[in-house]
Amino acid sequence: MTQLLLYNVTNGLIIGAFYVLMALGLSLILNLSNVINFAHGGFLVIGGYIAFAITPYVGFWGALIVAPTLTALIGLAVERGLIRPLYGRDPLYSLLLTFGLAFIIEDGTRFIWGAQGKPVTIPAVLAQPLSTELFFLTGYRVFMVATVAVVVGLLFALLRYTRLGIRIRAGTLDLETVSALGINVGRLRALNFGLGIFLAGLSGVLAAGQLGLEPTMGAGVLMPSFIAIIVGGVGSLTGTLLGGLLIGLASGVTAVFLPAASEAIMYVLMAVVLLIRPRGLLGEEGMLT
Amino acid sequence: MSSGAVDPPPAAQAPLVRASAQPVTHRRLLALAVMWALLLLAPYWMPSLGGYTALGTRVLTLGLAAMSVNFLLGFTGVLSFGHAAYFGLGAYGAGFALKFLAPSTPLALVCGTLLGGVFGALLGALVVRLRGVYFAMVTIAFGQVFYYVAFQWSSVTGGDDGLRGFSRQPLHIGATTIDILSDPNAFYYFVLLCLALAVGLMGFILRSPFGRTMIAIRENRRRAQFLGIPVDRHIWIAFTLSCFFMAFAGSIYALVNNFADPRGLHYTQSGDFVMMAVMGGMRSFWGPLLGAVIFVVLQDYLSSITINWMSFVGMLFVAIVLFFPRGLLGFVRGGNSE
Repeated sequence: MTQLLLYNVTNGLIIGAFYVLMALGLSLILNLSNVINFAHGGFLVIGGYIAFAITPYVGFWGALIVAPTLTALIGLAVERGLIRPLYGRDPLYSLLLTFGLAFIIEDGTRFIWGAQGKPVTIPAVLAQPLSTELFFLTGYRVFMVATVAVVVGLLFALLRYTRLGIRIRAGTLDLETVSALGINVGRLRALNFGLGIFLAGLSGVLAAGQLGLEPTMGAGVLMPSFIAIIVGGVGSLTGTLLGGLLIGLASGVTAVFLPAASEAIMYVLMAVVLLIRPRGLLGEEGMLT
Repeated sequence: MSSGAVDPPPAAQAPLVRASAQPVTHRRLLALAVMWALLLLAPYWMPSLGGYTALGTRVLTLGLAAMSVNFLLGFTGVLSFGHAAYFGLGAYGAGFALKFLAPSTPLALVCGTLLGGVFGALLGALVVRLRGVYFAMVTIAFGQVFYYVAFQWSSVTGGDDGLRGFSRQPLHIGATTIDILSDPNAFYYFVLLCLALAVGLMGFILRSPFGRTMIAIRENRRRAQFLGIPVDRHIWIAFTLSCFFMAFAGSIYALVNNFADPRGLHYTQSGDFVMMAVMGGMRSFWGPLLGAVIFVVLQDYLSSITINWMSFVGMLFVAIVLFFPRGLLGFVRGGNSE
């Protein structure tokens, strides 16, 4: 029983780490540009498939850097061509556009790589279980969580200490003033979008190593990421981090006792949070009105 | 981000809704007459264009759903992206009634409408304080709850296969019986009657002082608040009404298919409904019906000629958003700028 519980808790944490990575990217874009990026799961898929395509040439370690970067470049192109014209319009339009984009990406990957799942080979050193006692704790799982922790740390440092990060945070609070201070808001939004998509691409590579690849895998992570943002509180990246871990853990623990409800528990959590504290755990007052 | 960024700037706002505010002109009457004539005669002219009556019935049902979404989206300016949940709940409600309660079509419609509407009212109370994109996100996420329930609870809902084992029942009015089960034309006219009743009620609400207030909230929520309008309560009522209409459409849809599909609850279905509304023209009363005609016929056609129809539907979304944001009726009525 302890084994099982421990297994599911680690599972939950790993899933939670995924949700965090996805939700942080979504959150960045949402906070600064007021765009709900429905295609975020699609970019995860793109990242994963790029990793699949380039691993034979650059190896897994190379793919870990190159694939998210390429995904981010695709993201920048999409932002430039499709999403930029929609800033300042009703957020409905960017929502619908990215919704359509998600369709195109899913169908496109199926067209290029087929509907069958594809494996991504991970280095042998990561494939071993760390101990016989905790058989489920493979090196790769630890590596995933560690990578997410490092990347999240870097992201927060970037937002806190670099000029770009400070501008992003300022823009989240008041984009007009930031613009009036002579900062190129268009470029800021583009870079911010690229950053968010980089995180999605990275999630894709990490997910590919663990679960393999399927064209539909993006849609499955999207809703939990939404919930992570809502639970954590819109406008707060720390909240998103907390929310992602929380729902991952909750669904992991629920999987022990009531497997069928492991997905539903996230929604229950969201309903409870909204009922008691509509702005989310760390959301700021006034963000919702 | 302040709410100022969510509201469109004053210069970008379209004039007040035309569908209900415009004085009745001859042209408008003519357009309405033509539309109703086309709808009434559809079983006779559609086959010659390669259509079939069942497709017409589907268009009517999904069109009613799109109009219900637009009741909230276009006339209150509230972005709900999870409305398929109430559509699907309506379908399941109707299915349950036919399967377990009594073989009666009117009862099924009532049960379905109540099931979806009541859940809409409950969830609406929970989300009504949220705004803009956050409202959209929460409604999407909550919509998925019902999808998961329908998907997982297979002993009751039939799970992935959907709810089967029921069929619409012939109508008994006094001594006469109308066989809507085996006569597709009779069923088409039955659905058309349902649509007419629902749409009439919608139009009535929009013309009432309450409907005027909805439009005032859409145009400028803050100013409406300054006028002493209880904005949250109005949005909640509009949300609830829209869910009831949605559930009504959903229960008709269960009768159309003799089957309730969990995918009818999924957020992709919500996206389709919003797209129909945008495509036809969000600011016009009849736009979503026109959008539904085009969307359903196109999807039907595309899925019959290519397995990559998803890409085409996706490109359609992108193209409409970028080039026809005001939809067809908005385009026809002049200008295509925001």
